[in-house]
Amino acid sequence: MASALINVPKTAKRGEIIEIKTLMSHIMETGYRRTAEGEIVPRDIITSFTCRFNGAEIFRADLFPAIAANPFITFFTVAAESGKFEFEWIGDKGFAETASASISVE
Amino acid sequence: MSAARTIIAAALLIAADLAATVLAAAEIPPGERRSGFSFMSPDTQAMQNEDTANPGMLWVLDGETLWKTKTGAAGKACADCHNDARTTMKGVAARYPAFDQTLGRPVNLEQRINLCRASHQQATPLAYESRELLALTAFVAQQSRGLTIETGADPRLEPFVAKGRELFMQRQGQLNLSCANCHDDNWDKRLAGSAITQAHPTGYPLYRLEWQSLGSLQHRLRGCISGIRAQAYDYGAPELVELEVYLMLRARGMPIETPAVRP
Repeated sequence: MASALINVPKTAKRGEIIEIKTLMSHIMETGYRRTAEGEIVPRDIITSFTCRFNGAEIFRADLFPAIAANPFITFFTVAAESGKFEFEWIGDKGFAETASASISVE
Repeated sequence: MSAARTIIAAALLIAADLAATVLAAAEIPPGERRSGFSFMSPDTQAMQNEDTANPGMLWVLDGETLWKTKTGAAGKACADCHNDARTTMKGVAARYPAFDQTLGRPVNLEQRINLCRASHQQATPLAYESRELLALTAFVAQQSRGLTIETGADPRLEPFVAKGRELFMQRQGQLNLSCANCHDDNWDKRLAGSAITQAHPTGYPLYRLEWQSLGSLQHRLRGCISGIRAQAYDYGAPELVELEVYLMLRARGMPIETPAVRP
């Protein structure tokens, strides 16, 4: 039941600096923990996050085991034109999730 | 000789002082009650206040999906009987745990959901602290966000409130502490850098940064009980529900914050 929460302003003035906030549901299992029986719990993390705007990559982050569960990633960008943000999370065990949000720039 | 006498006298005085403190232990006056929210750092408060930053909302979203999903042998979804949760579930969490006529004892929100699953959906009960049960509970409880807690209005709950209060005041475990020793008597102090807080269950199920997950009030209670080196009750034990009833009654009139965030 993976789900994402995205916060992108619906409208912005041309040239305005806007904040993009994303929250992705993920356990971020480090791979360093052991079960009561002593067996290692296999690593299961998000390894990469990408944001594209109208097809062009504007932000990318690599994630590592020290990052807490349900990673909350925020960044700033300049609102140059109206368009669509596309978000992509990729991780272990074939984890791949996408989300999108539109903005209209006046 | 006189030194030894002084020491004994001092020890007796300290013992008397401790006894007096214990006797003076009193419940928190209504005007001084504070939600755990007010003990948190501004950063953590901001996380709770903004729905797109509050990780608890991930469970609420899942819960909304589950609410509409048909399940069990009856092939019914919660929404098939209860319709739109925004109206039908409004205020429900503010009244729980509530008295169940058939069982003759109070049940909490998780138990109510599982009773509903068993009787109306003919589905298997969801495990305590499973993602599904937490998600449904969070979704139902979130409909009461901002409403004031009313648990305890039902007179049939009285004996269970009394039992819960007794448990709250009962010293137990290797550290020989009662809930009240910290949460009634020392809530204005800190324990190893963390605020002790007044133990008002206003935001459950809540996202605890320490857990890196959503968790129920029983999860929190079990953590506290292990912390005083006592044997924790199993999930769903009547004792835990009685404690829940007492704690909710103790927090009457405070607003529901579900899904809250705590450190």
